[in-house]
Amino acid sequence: MTIIDILRARRQQGYRTIQFPPKDARLSDRFRGLPQLSPERCTPDCHSCREACPTDAISSTAGLSIDLGRCLFCTDCVQACPAQAIAFTQNYRLAARTRAELGHAGPTQPRVGALDQQMRRLFGRSLKLRQVSAGGCNACEADNNVLNTPVFDLARFGIQFVASPRHADGLLVTGPVTRNMELALRKTYAAVPAPRVVIAVGACAISGGPYAGHEEALGGVDALLPVDLYVPGCPPHPLTILDGLVRLLGRLG
Amino acid sequence: MNLLSLENGNAVDVPAIPRLTPEVFAETLHAELEAGARASALFGVPETLFPDSCSTGGLRVFAVLAHDAQHELVACATTVAESFLSLTPLHPQLHRFERELHEQWGVLPEEHPWLKPVRFEPSHDPQRRARDPRPQIGITDFFRVAGPEIHEVAVGPVHAGIIEPGHFRFQCHGEDVYHLEIAHGYQHRGVERALVGGPDRRTLHYAETLAGDTTVGHALAYALTQEALSAVSAPPRGRCLRAIALELERLANHAGDLGALAGDVGFLPTAAYCGRIRGDFLNLTALLCGSRFGRGLVVPGGVGFDVDAARVAALIERLDAAVADLTSAVELLLQSESARARFVGTGVLSTEIGRDIGLVGPAARASGLARDIRRDHPLPLDALASIPVTTVDGGDVHARTLVRWIEARYSATFVREELARLPEGAASVPPAALIPQRLAVALVEGWRGEICHVAITDHAGRFVRYKIVDPSFHNWAGLALAMRDQQISDFPLCNKSFNLSYCGQDL
Repeated sequence: MTIIDILRARRQQGYRTIQFPPKDARLSDRFRGLPQLSPERCTPDCHSCREACPTDAISSTAGLSIDLGRCLFCTDCVQACPAQAIAFTQNYRLAARTRAELGHAGPTQPRVGALDQQMRRLFGRSLKLRQVSAGGCNACEADNNVLNTPVFDLARFGIQFVASPRHADGLLVTGPVTRNMELALRKTYAAVPAPRVVIAVGACAISGGPYAGHEEALGGVDALLPVDLYVPGCPPHPLTILDGLVRLLGRLG
Repeated sequence: MNLLSLENGNAVDVPAIPRLTPEVFAETLHAELEAGARASALFGVPETLFPDSCSTGGLRVFAVLAHDAQHELVACATTVAESFLSLTPLHPQLHRFERELHEQWGVLPEEHPWLKPVRFEPSHDPQRRARDPRPQIGITDFFRVAGPEIHEVAVGPVHAGIIEPGHFRFQCHGEDVYHLEIAHGYQHRGVERALVGGPDRRTLHYAETLAGDTTVGHALAYALTQEALSAVSAPPRGRCLRAIALELERLANHAGDLGALAGDVGFLPTAAYCGRIRGDFLNLTALLCGSRFGRGLVVPGGVGFDVDAARVAALIERLDAAVADLTSAVELLLQSESARARFVGTGVLSTEIGRDIGLVGPAARASGLARDIRRDHPLPLDALASIPVTTVDGGDVHARTLVRWIEARYSATFVREELARLPEGAASVPPAALIPQRLAVALVEGWRGEICHVAITDHAGRFVRYKIVDPSFHNWAGLALAMRDQQISDFPLCNKSFNLSYCGQDL
């Protein structure tokens, strides 16, 4: 192998880092982002969507609402609905600062308010995160890892995953927090110097996801730790995670 | 007849499965395994759950064995009261299955040499669960090497990267690893127990998240058991789209692994390129169904999303571009002498050991074992059976790298060809109710190797048991053995060359 081979490969691979926020996210036309609800189409006493939902994310009694923290972004409700009252949009911006804000998402856009001034002064230009995988299926982990690829280039925002909680400013947790990971998560959190942030990524980490109600899982990170940012999805798209992180730091309006 | 012959993706009546005395069961298993069979599944169901049970208690243990060369699956069963003689000393590939029987149901495999928890999970038996204290994760007798210069290195459950949790204990002499023991269970979330009584609205989602990076593989195995139990079969177009999705999943993960292997020896160009190219393949799956991991794509009866000509054209165009990039990135890696020097001879797993421990998937094929469900146990009219089986001798990191690269190219060719000749017609058929008292077996060659699902229905057509065997269940022992006499600094590289699933093993 010569330097020419390396340069040739470099040329083949091109420049792939995307703009963020992207002008055109180039998501699949079948991508399922923020749901759009049309409760006016519902017939009275029809609860087909609620009955089909695997995680009881839908409420259809007083109007129609979806708990984004429970939603797996599957198509079960869409298929069950006889009136096309539920559709998923291309909007990948799903993260929120509070659990409550995810709980009754209609057509409203969840917002991510930035950390307070003191925290932003500390972390706004440099946020080191320790990732803890606490149950779940490794898909959230995979799409967090993707943020480190040249496409998303997380480091350009001053955000980096680090090897030790002692080097970290906060935790990014995935999974429903299994009973078998409870102690490890507590200890990892305790090892992060205060002040610190906790970010719950994925339906499992927010609400237990498909494992909600299981004896073997705690049903989400906030059963154990105070959470500063919730990122819905099963798994969330990398853009959804990145959008949440960057907004948390007040880097986007 | 001591054995009932089965076919992949088919169901049989539960009473038709021969029920042997424990002695004959052990002899039969021994004879079959001696003759080259692999244990695909070995699991228990309480006798009280079967209406045809003539005994009042005990555990019915089912074995599903695969004769790969003969393209045959066989099954038999026995009833265990409290203990049985362990076959692990003769057939190490059973070690984790017997430990699992012990952990889940309390039956004792006598003379098992390594009777430790598989996942530190509470018993599946409600009485035992109520009575016994909850197991404490990671608290067990770890094997220790004694000696004045021996030291122990403990790693995990929380690792340095974005990785699932597991606990590793190395017994080291200087830099050399004499022994590695791996404790699992941190990802245990109770899926098998939750599946009993199904199928229900969560079942497909459990299947999709058994191992999130193998969504298509596990969802396909689930769909196959459902179709077998309800006597429907997916139409040709649906079967073809599933096969395409399965190979796209393999391409994405193999591309990611090739990059991660490069990264672990500090060969950064390929590491950076492949990280991105993996995403390009995931985005092809997203083009099919909206989800990068294939959520919602494979459903009982067929597929959840069909494609039109424009989508097929876009898929082929983007596939070709991603394959060209992958080729450039991997050739760069394989031409690099410094990378090759780190790969060759590292983490060797011999053919014999691979056979003994029941190794599956690319790891097995890199140790010269020609096993591949796609060829050995194809479904009827299965296009996947045409994909050549890749084996490489050597059993080292280099062999596991080469196998992935060769397989990725075959998968790319397959996807391109199948997209170009998709059968016409419907992509799915409506699902039907499950037939009572049947047992269905589905084997799928996922990107890590054999995925085995066994579903058993009760008199009302509900699951009395849904057994899942992820390829990692077999292969974790392979990683531990490959680390013997290696430098501990090579552990990340060896680990990556297997890239096993924690959640798939922990369930």
